[in-house]
Amino acid sequence: MALLEVKDLRTYFHTDDGVVKAVDGVDFSVEKGQTLGIVGESGSGKSVTNLTIMGLNPKRNTVSSGEALWKGEDLLTAKPSKLRDIRGNEISMIFQDPMTSLNPVHTIGQQLVEAIQIHRDVSKRVARARALELLKAVGIPRAEGRIDDYPHQFSGGMRQRVMIAMALINDPDLLIADEPTTALDVTTQAQILALMKRLQEDFGSAIIMVTHDLGVIAEIADDVLVMYAAKIVEHANVYDLFNRPQHPYTWGLMGSLPRLDADAERLTQIPGQPPSLLRPPSGCRFHPRCPYVMEVCKTTEPRLEPSQRDSNHLQACHLDEETKDREAAKLTHMAEVS
Amino acid sequence: MAQAATIEPETGFQPTGDELLVVEDVKKYFPITRGIIFQKEIASVKAVDGVTFSIKPGETLGIVGESGCGKSTLARCIIRLLETTAGKVWFEGRDITRLSRANMRPIRREMTMIFQDPYASLNPRKRVGFIIGEPLEVHRLGSEKEVKTRVQELLEVVGLNPEHYNRFPHEFSGGQRQRIGVARALAVNPKLIVCDEPVSALDVSVQAQILNLLKDLQDDFGLTYVFIAHDLNVVRHISDRVMVMYLGKVAEVSDRHQLYTEPKHPYTGALLSAVPIANPELGRARQAIVLEGDVPSPVNPPSGCRFHPRCPRFQEGHCDVEDPPLYPFGGGHVAACHYPLERWPMNADEMSRVSSRATGVTTDGT
Repeated sequence: MALLEVKDLRTYFHTDDGVVKAVDGVDFSVEKGQTLGIVGESGSGKSVTNLTIMGLNPKRNTVSSGEALWKGEDLLTAKPSKLRDIRGNEISMIFQDPMTSLNPVHTIGQQLVEAIQIHRDVSKRVARARALELLKAVGIPRAEGRIDDYPHQFSGGMRQRVMIAMALINDPDLLIADEPTTALDVTTQAQILALMKRLQEDFGSAIIMVTHDLGVIAEIADDVLVMYAAKIVEHANVYDLFNRPQHPYTWGLMGSLPRLDADAERLTQIPGQPPSLLRPPSGCRFHPRCPYVMEVCKTTEPRLEPSQRDSNHLQACHLDEETKDREAAKLTHMAEVS
Repeated sequence: MAQAATIEPETGFQPTGDELLVVEDVKKYFPITRGIIFQKEIASVKAVDGVTFSIKPGETLGIVGESGCGKSTLARCIIRLLETTAGKVWFEGRDITRLSRANMRPIRREMTMIFQDPYASLNPRKRVGFIIGEPLEVHRLGSEKEVKTRVQELLEVVGLNPEHYNRFPHEFSGGQRQRIGVARALAVNPKLIVCDEPVSALDVSVQAQILNLLKDLQDDFGLTYVFIAHDLNVVRHISDRVMVMYLGKVAEVSDRHQLYTEPKHPYTGALLSAVPIANPELGRARQAIVLEGDVPSPVNPPSGCRFHPRCPRFQEGHCDVEDPPLYPFGGGHVAACHYPLERWPMNADEMSRVSSRATGVTTDGT
């Protein structure tokens, strides 16, 4: 049984302007020890997917449906008390912005101790020892001296380490990291990614890594979901995704990336803007921006189904296999030329 | 043409007279004061601490570095949004560092700026037409009607619909707003545009649109860019030459090809190896050089080479004592390191084995 199994997850926000379908039929599963990458642009629904799983969406005006089975139990219908037991304990989350996700009026030690004592019946002293151990594990120098410091006394990278320490403090089975390195500099990002990899080896947790950075995905993920306009457009093993991308949106993302290992004079750009989720385009949601658009794309929505060659490589596109292989080969060729 | 004749010799830079912009040993210190009535300066943040470089017309100079390395402060000093503490900025052979407001005004037409945050840099209560046309009005370039025609022309140039003249900024997406920012910077036909992280707030597909637009505009109008970013991929894509900054100082300057294939400064090497590669085979095969710790505080920068507390090649008694000058490596490639990298790529172990010293230092046979 998969650790987490998400089936036909939908999250609709009812607003004054109409219904925003922020997540619209998403299926995936996460196994023990696996790293699932979710990549997509702002507004593609990648963060809302995770907030829905964690039950963190605002209650007002939000309607969620589908299932998110955590060890067989549906999180969407679970009681709040049950959710509180799971959150921060079995599933924990790292948020994007380390500057705003720590409480500024408590020391980090107090916050870490609180995270333990909510879930475990241990003395303050034991909890503090555990907190110190974690701070050392995430590489905070002089942890003994810094445990009683306030968040503002730490740099961005150090705060993100504190967040990671807090997320790992109860040995979670699943760690959801929502753009954990986006606000950080590259050298700090490298430190944090290396740390997450090492901790995964030590603790064996599964990770859901949400990012818009294909580079980060390539470094850390085992499986990758590509999301566009509230739907999954491609789902594959990380090597397959980068070697044989099958969806025009994925091609666009890869082509628009300036990269150190390829030297293109002009970047391939995806024309236009991501669509409004209030009134998504008919048929395939990518069709207004797709250079390969056909008549069928405008009317019929493509299903997320296995590609002919590889049953584990899911994609939602009407294009024929030959065109896809040809375009994918062009992209990977571009990278090899350099 | 009056020229900057007192450029430090070790920068390897000799002014030839055709530079558009020369920045000479610019320093910017922000005072830290204590006391309410008698504000006593107790220390200063050395945000930019002696930076020298030059740009030729039509060239793009990329400036990279982590947060707090002084790249944005430098940009603001160049176009005099901030007054420099010391040093000179020469624009077209003229020292503009201490020009009066009135004398500065015609020069402000020649150099404009594109800002990082397309959400915060446009006045939400003004219409797009006004925002783009305002520089024209300030410089009294044309009648109301001419300004309107020019604004519509600019909207078209940056790929927006000229009909959107009367819209407000909130009606546009992030990428479109950044196009408005570009149009505003272009309005007065400047020679130099300082771009301060113009694409870091944008999604990759939109980022590609803006980068392509900036390149096209450069070809069409012969623009010169100072392009500041923390993303090394983006900088490599757009720049002719790249300058790496660390803690207020220049670590390395080189043409973009050499910088990425033969970096000399260990910090540049660490930066390059930290950039995630969008290719799982290559990315995972490589061994990243992970730097320990954080960037130190610019209030009390480390002695000697500012990178020494984090440097894998640190040599005690030399790096922490003597501030390295910019040693030349040929072809305008300079790096401020006593023990430059012999080759590239290398992993962390290889990097920590020092076998050569920089040219210009007497070798002792090691």
